[in-house]
Amino acid sequence: MTDWPILSAVTFLPLVGVVLLLLTREDSPYGRRNILNVSLLTTVFTFVLSLFIWIGFDNSNPGFQMVEKVDWLGTGISYHLGVDGISMLFVILSTFLMPFCVLASWETIGKRLKEYMIAFLLLEVFMVGVFVSLDIVLFYVFFEAGLIPMFIIIGVWGGKDRVYASYKFFLYTLLGSVLMLLAIMAMYWQAGTTDITELLVYSFPAHMQTWLWLAFFASFAVKMPMWPVHTWLPDAHVQAPTAGSVILAGVLLKLGGYGFVRFSLAMFPLASDYFAPFVFALSVIAIIYTSLVAMMQDDMKKLIAYSSVAHMGYVTMGIFAANAQGVQGALFQMLSHGIVSGALFLCVGVVYDRLHTREIAAYGGLVNNMPKYAVAFMVFTMANVGLPGTSGFVGEIMTLLGAFRANTWVALFATTGVILSASYALWLYRRMIFGALEKESLKALLDLSPREKLILYPMVILTIFFGVYPAPVFDATAASVDALLNNYTAALQAAQSVALSAN
Amino acid sequence: MDTIIKAIVFLPLIGFLIAGLGGNAIGAKASEYVTSGFMIVAAILSWIVFFDVAMGETEMIKVSVLRWVQSGGFDTEWAFRVDTLTAVMLVVVNSVSTLVHVYSIGYMHHDPHRPRFFAYLSLFTFAMLMLVTSDNLLQMFFGWEGVGLASYLLIGFWYKKPSACAAAMKAFIVNRVGDFGFALGIFSVFVLFGSVNFETIFATAATYLPAEGAADAAEPVINLFGMTLDKSHALTATCLLLFMGAMGKSAQFLLHTWLPDAMEGPTPVSALIHAATMVTAGVFLVARMSPIFELSHDALTVVTLIGAITAFFAATVGLVQNDIKRVIAYSTCSQLGYMFVALGIGAYGAAIFHLFTHAFFKALLFLGAGSVIHAVDGEQDMRYMGGLRKHIPVTFWMMTIGTLALTGVGIPGTVIGFAGFFSKDAIIESAFASHSSVSGFAFTLLVIAALFTSFYSWRLAFLTFFGKPRASADVMHHVHESPAVMLIPLYLLAAGAVLAGVIFVEYFYGHHYDEFWQGALFVSAENHLVHEFHNVPLWVKWSPFAAMALGFVTAWYMYIRSPETPKVLAEQHRVLYQFLLNKWYFDELYDFLFVRPAKRLGRFLWKKGDGTVIDGFGPNGVAARVIDVTGRVVRLQTGYLYHYAFAMLLGIAALVTWMMLGSSF
Repeated sequence: MTDWPILSAVTFLPLVGVVLLLLTREDSPYGRRNILNVSLLTTVFTFVLSLFIWIGFDNSNPGFQMVEKVDWLGTGISYHLGVDGISMLFVILSTFLMPFCVLASWETIGKRLKEYMIAFLLLEVFMVGVFVSLDIVLFYVFFEAGLIPMFIIIGVWGGKDRVYASYKFFLYTLLGSVLMLLAIMAMYWQAGTTDITELLVYSFPAHMQTWLWLAFFASFAVKMPMWPVHTWLPDAHVQAPTAGSVILAGVLLKLGGYGFVRFSLAMFPLASDYFAPFVFALSVIAIIYTSLVAMMQDDMKKLIAYSSVAHMGYVTMGIFAANAQGVQGALFQMLSHGIVSGALFLCVGVVYDRLHTREIAAYGGLVNNMPKYAVAFMVFTMANVGLPGTSGFVGEIMTLLGAFRANTWVALFATTGVILSASYALWLYRRMIFGALEKESLKALLDLSPREKLILYPMVILTIFFGVYPAPVFDATAASVDALLNNYTAALQAAQSVALSAN
Repeated sequence: MDTIIKAIVFLPLIGFLIAGLGGNAIGAKASEYVTSGFMIVAAILSWIVFFDVAMGETEMIKVSVLRWVQSGGFDTEWAFRVDTLTAVMLVVVNSVSTLVHVYSIGYMHHDPHRPRFFAYLSLFTFAMLMLVTSDNLLQMFFGWEGVGLASYLLIGFWYKKPSACAAAMKAFIVNRVGDFGFALGIFSVFVLFGSVNFETIFATAATYLPAEGAADAAEPVINLFGMTLDKSHALTATCLLLFMGAMGKSAQFLLHTWLPDAMEGPTPVSALIHAATMVTAGVFLVARMSPIFELSHDALTVVTLIGAITAFFAATVGLVQNDIKRVIAYSTCSQLGYMFVALGIGAYGAAIFHLFTHAFFKALLFLGAGSVIHAVDGEQDMRYMGGLRKHIPVTFWMMTIGTLALTGVGIPGTVIGFAGFFSKDAIIESAFASHSSVSGFAFTLLVIAALFTSFYSWRLAFLTFFGKPRASADVMHHVHESPAVMLIPLYLLAAGAVLAGVIFVEYFYGHHYDEFWQGALFVSAENHLVHEFHNVPLWVKWSPFAAMALGFVTAWYMYIRSPETPKVLAEQHRVLYQFLLNKWYFDELYDFLFVRPAKRLGRFLWKKGDGTVIDGFGPNGVAARVIDVTGRVVRLQTGYLYHYAFAMLLGIAALVTWMMLGSSF
């Protein structure tokens, strides 16, 4: 399994699709068909190939696996790939969501389909690249490059305020990434390497950790997004096409969480411990504040976007609780949210394609003529609410338990989220789905088409499967998270004993 | 036995999947028969398990099914744990559910969405079974929220009615307030005991509290919400958090507001979920966790107080309601209060016994009310009923049996009496006999509540079945007795309402207590209530009887003898009447305190917080400056993209160059 470069293959396979797309022409129905087929086949094939990563993955090994390393430019920077329990499932999540994005764009993208698909395939390369990079420069390149296709997707195929949205996205992320770049330089200067595996065992001096942590925090907090740097997200979601929202919510938000685990927690344990109360405060504010805001939204995509911010609050809270339940719960929550929020945006897409409005008030009583849609939407709503038996519950309860062990006040406030999420999600469902079918414009709407069933049903099955049997995920993440936390506590203890002996 | 238990739990799930996914394909009739048939099998199997575990020698059966959430020291699996407490619940849940399934075949006859209805009923039953068979708190939470979901779906079953949708949402959200406490309680249990599995918790709890005056007695074990707590206080706090969950699910005072509204659902649902089974989950939770509740006097005192207040409060509201189902709903709320008083004073057996008998007679009353509503064409307001006795005699007699059981008719000191007589009087007497600091308070309120119970129950019977018909001639013309498929469940429940008390009293709360429970309910060494309650003074034994008789006579006077009296009284005591009629104004109060401020705050944070402050000083403020500078020369969308890409590439180039230079040193 390890004797051929599977990670490189998965990462760059979409480029084959890009080349093929470049050779096609869009000016006829056949051309359109070809573009769609090529894109779908590429993404499906990439997903199937990526499953071999999971199959070949050794759950008991806490270190990096399937490692590939090639020196680059003789500079100390190397092309170094590998996965561990923390990153592996994010690779699968990214490749899993892509075919759904292609399917979701099947009929809705009218102009420049070829460029659109190329943007998505490039986005896939960059996203997977972020998760498999074991060199911090490589990581940075992928991390930042991924934004460009997303920009294009929002800016070209977005709604009517797409310019404002993509520009807001730009302002926020620019600030974060500049600081992160400085931090990376500083780390290289200090440790003399850009290799993540080496940086993970290097212990940075305490005062330096503080600054590095803050610089990374600036970038990841925006990505996450954490309160109060979250306001780009609702606008970006509202303007993005459905598939763009799916990837944005499903994968791009996870880059921040992944970064927190991989870099902030693992490399700067002292600073993480020092700043944990600060992160807790922001997380709790995010959960309560954005849930309340979500409740008052009139636009369904905005509502789901705000609920994403609240759910990411659980993630940051769990990560910095720095115990097994918190970190594993946070990883699970991110994976689950990738599926559930992606599916919710797809659900919005289904009705948006029919009526071309996201105004909640324009809907009502859809259960009467779209019962299958109502069922799928109910499952995802309940997963969003964190009902036991759905994947949303497992991550939520584990992060809350982790937080409770770290600080009961945090858990107390964060747990109010279970009440608030029920309020906004059920109210949305009631306004859209329940009630009598009275609006003329809705009466002709048809239930799910075969293509839409193909998109939503697998998501329904996975949402319930991982709620009932989350073991595959916990098994994969356990060893790496344990190792990380052992290092974390060891570092804290070492610092403590140094401080004691200094007295 | 393992297979039987798996079958009991999973048959309803299979029924749900068949009717839910294939309901339209196989048709309504087939869905009804499949789900009801599976339920009948499950019910028979439950009785077999009951005789094996509760009445027989088997102490406890554990069946593992599948791994669930496992992370660090947190280790849970899907598993079934069947001891006497669970066996009792299995019998209650499956018997009532089966009868409700069968009854619904008749009651829902005209509804176009029958497959969906039966699927929901089976889903509910499955979730309830998961709750009562759980072997850890997390699986219990699964069942707990699962029944909440089923309740939400069933209350909102007629989704075209805005009031039904609102009631469904309210039920779910108010329950979530309770679940908020329950979840925190689970976390706290995990921190204190290192596990959420019952076996570990119970084993640890037995020796958990240090002896009086031991060296580590005051050693803090947890810092909870700013309070540093030693073991005994930590237990109290944990129990109170768990009890908050129980209050939500069992509609106890302060978290009761959802239950009356839940009557928007079809009547069989009210019988199954909002009377016999789901609402008793809170009672089950406290009984299940008796090994830790029994260690905390303070927590038990709170349970007693809340129970007593609920029993009284709900009974007062029940006095004046006009909707037949709401009267029974408040009665349920009140009876649940009785059960919590029993739990709080340490008479766990009496609580579960009342849960058991109550399931029969309250389901009977609800299904009987359904039969009445069915007869008068959907009317639920008792002011438009009256005189139905002759038209629907079977329903009348069944309702009368239910009323006799609910009001606790029986002769003290003998074994002659309806089911409610044994269980309710046992609670009232135990309340008097207990050493709890609030026993006097609880006893007084319970006796008053018994008086009110008798009054509103007979008021309901008199308004519905006696006097002159007040419905329109058209409706009266069509009044008809229900079909056999609806009446047979009533007969069976009536048999339970008559006999469940006398047959089982010695097992649940009498001579065979120890052999029956086999340790499933934990009582501390000092708790001898099960023997002591027999020794209360005679006037205590007769006081519930007197209250019941007085309630009956008053109701008879006001609704048969002199029907003008209630109106006059209502006029004379306008304020009190309105206060009761409007349910002590709890809905208005909560709307004012929570709902509207939350909405206002949400809007404020959105418009001012996100809009004015964050965006205003953040991106929009910067944007204004940028636009000043660039003068809108560059088209924003492409311009920023290239700027950004350029900045990033520049950064990388700088970094690479610098590193190459750096490495050459």
